[in-house]
Amino acid sequence: MAKLELQNLTKAYSRDIVPVKKLNLAVEDNEFLTLVGPSGCGKSTILRLIAGLDQPTEGRVMIGDRDVSPLPPGDRNIAMVFQSYALYPHMTVRDNVASGLKMRHLPAGDIQKRVQEVSGVLGLDPLLDRKPAKLSGGQRQRVALARALVRNPDVFLLDEPLSNLDALLREQVRADLKQIFEDQKSPIVYVTHDQTEAMTLSTKVAVLSEGHLQQLGHPHDIYKTPANRFVASFIGSPQMNLFPLSRSGNDVALGDFRLPLPGGVQAASVILGIRPEHLRLPQEGDAHIVSGNVFLVENLGMHDLVSLKVQGDPSLTLRALISADASWSKENLKLALPPESIHWFDGETEQRLK
Amino acid sequence: MTTVPQTTSPPAQTGDRSFPWMRVLLWLAIAFTVIFSLAPVLWQVLTSFKTNAAITQTPVVYLPGLDQLTFSHYLDLFRLNQFHIYMFNSALVAIVSTVLCLALGSPAAYALARLRIPGEQILLAIVLVVTLFPYILLFLGLLEVVRAFGLANNYLALIIPYTAINLPLTILVMRSFFQQLPRDLEDSARVDGYNTVQMLWRIVLPMTLPALVTTGILAFIFAWNEYLFALTFMSREGMKTIPVAAAQLGGTTLFDVPYGPLAAATVVGTLPLVLLVLFFQRRIVQGLTSGSVKG
Repeated sequence: MAKLELQNLTKAYSRDIVPVKKLNLAVEDNEFLTLVGPSGCGKSTILRLIAGLDQPTEGRVMIGDRDVSPLPPGDRNIAMVFQSYALYPHMTVRDNVASGLKMRHLPAGDIQKRVQEVSGVLGLDPLLDRKPAKLSGGQRQRVALARALVRNPDVFLLDEPLSNLDALLREQVRADLKQIFEDQKSPIVYVTHDQTEAMTLSTKVAVLSEGHLQQLGHPHDIYKTPANRFVASFIGSPQMNLFPLSRSGNDVALGDFRLPLPGGVQAASVILGIRPEHLRLPQEGDAHIVSGNVFLVENLGMHDLVSLKVQGDPSLTLRALISADASWSKENLKLALPPESIHWFDGETEQRLK
Repeated sequence: MTTVPQTTSPPAQTGDRSFPWMRVLLWLAIAFTVIFSLAPVLWQVLTSFKTNAAITQTPVVYLPGLDQLTFSHYLDLFRLNQFHIYMFNSALVAIVSTVLCLALGSPAAYALARLRIPGEQILLAIVLVVTLFPYILLFLGLLEVVRAFGLANNYLALIIPYTAINLPLTILVMRSFFQQLPRDLEDSARVDGYNTVQMLWRIVLPMTLPALVTTGILAFIFAWNEYLFALTFMSREGMKTIPVAAAQLGGTTLFDVPYGPLAAATVVGTLPLVLLVLFFQRRIVQGLTSGSVKG
């Protein structure tokens, strides 16, 4: 199979509108790369550049050892699933799935065999002779997937394929997607703005913002050690608590509470980050404890999402996930900050410290 | 909801007894509208089947008896007046100019809808302005052109102006249709390996059929019914089109108005259009694009 490599990829529509800036990325066989970021971060543009639907201003797209940049989309041997599914309305499901193979002039017997295989995997057999208008949203989505899978492409591209499904179905299809693509050898590039999809599906996540790659890594690493403030705030739900603080000596003040900085930090100002799920009710031996009055409790079922104002500085709002069966009082609630779960970022550069 | 007692009688029962005024009024209105719009047509049809004696008889014969019915007006049209030639001329001119119009207009509309063309707005404005010209204004100029190129009594003298007059409308209608087509479909086709021509032919064209048929019918009706150019540019008998030929039907004397043949000519001239619209009606109404993208 083949490796997908983006070298120095840049796309500029005008001097000011540059959705992709000097991007370098590599996706190996058996890798599932998710491009995640807020809307307008350039992730869909990257996908279109890989597909050849847009031409890069600079840089190259390599598949295996081939430079495919000058090739039209049809000659790149890629398959793409569109957000809108983009099924051909005048063709039956069977023809939709087979159209890419027919364009490659495969023998009719081969085409039929491959369509049968894929439709068996995706459960499309009873639908093969219907037209897209007669299918439900989930069924159309599967047809779009089938059209990509049947091609056996060098690279799979998926552009927010789940965003048109309702929440329940999305979860189910997400699980199906994971199973289906675990059997595929080719590199997969998946675009989404949904971090849950990014975390659950991928072997590698690229977090993008304003055309720049913010962090590239295993989903676990991105969650554990976000490279900068943007990644920290974008990945994880509910959002990480982030407090810009100025240092005094080797300490920082969080309201009335003082927390020691890790050794070797030179920065004049720092940003403290801690995820709501890492805050907990104090146990014996907890060194760092803050307290404050709770002003909002959101019930998430398994947990309560508690918002409190840090004592000594009401402008600081701390959010914590607390197990629903724990007992606590709204007045002056004490929470422990486990030191190993605290993230420190430079106040100036917003990069991770250490 | 389950606690509602089953014994309450549905309110529809009381409504059944009173006279259904609304329905009656509705049907009366429909009948009136239909008769009002179709009366002239029905009159022509009736006249075309009546004998000359029955046509001129007073009081008017609304329900002719068997001896007052005749097919001779139609037979005369084709036997004496050679209407099949005029029909052929009309059909040829109208079909060729319609096909040309769609073949030239659709690619232009596609380009205007999909490409980033500098000065696109200006181009569109010009196209729009052309549709605003009263076409009589073009007439004298065209006459000179036809003369200079020696195109009189040539099908081209009608085909070219008809195509040109219908092009702006075709471009505008097709452009707005292309703009509604989801772009993802074309992208998807390109990823599947279609080149531009194949993509247009096999993916875009089938989805465009309803719009093509609609604009095509409009262009065809214009070309079929057009009178002024046809009258002026075609003087030889064998080149005339139906509207001109129908208008020139004459009686045996100056004072004899040939009502029967005129009515028959009207029916013969209209029938193809009616059939055409009926035949393509389903295509026009059908929304072919539904279901391609998220529903």
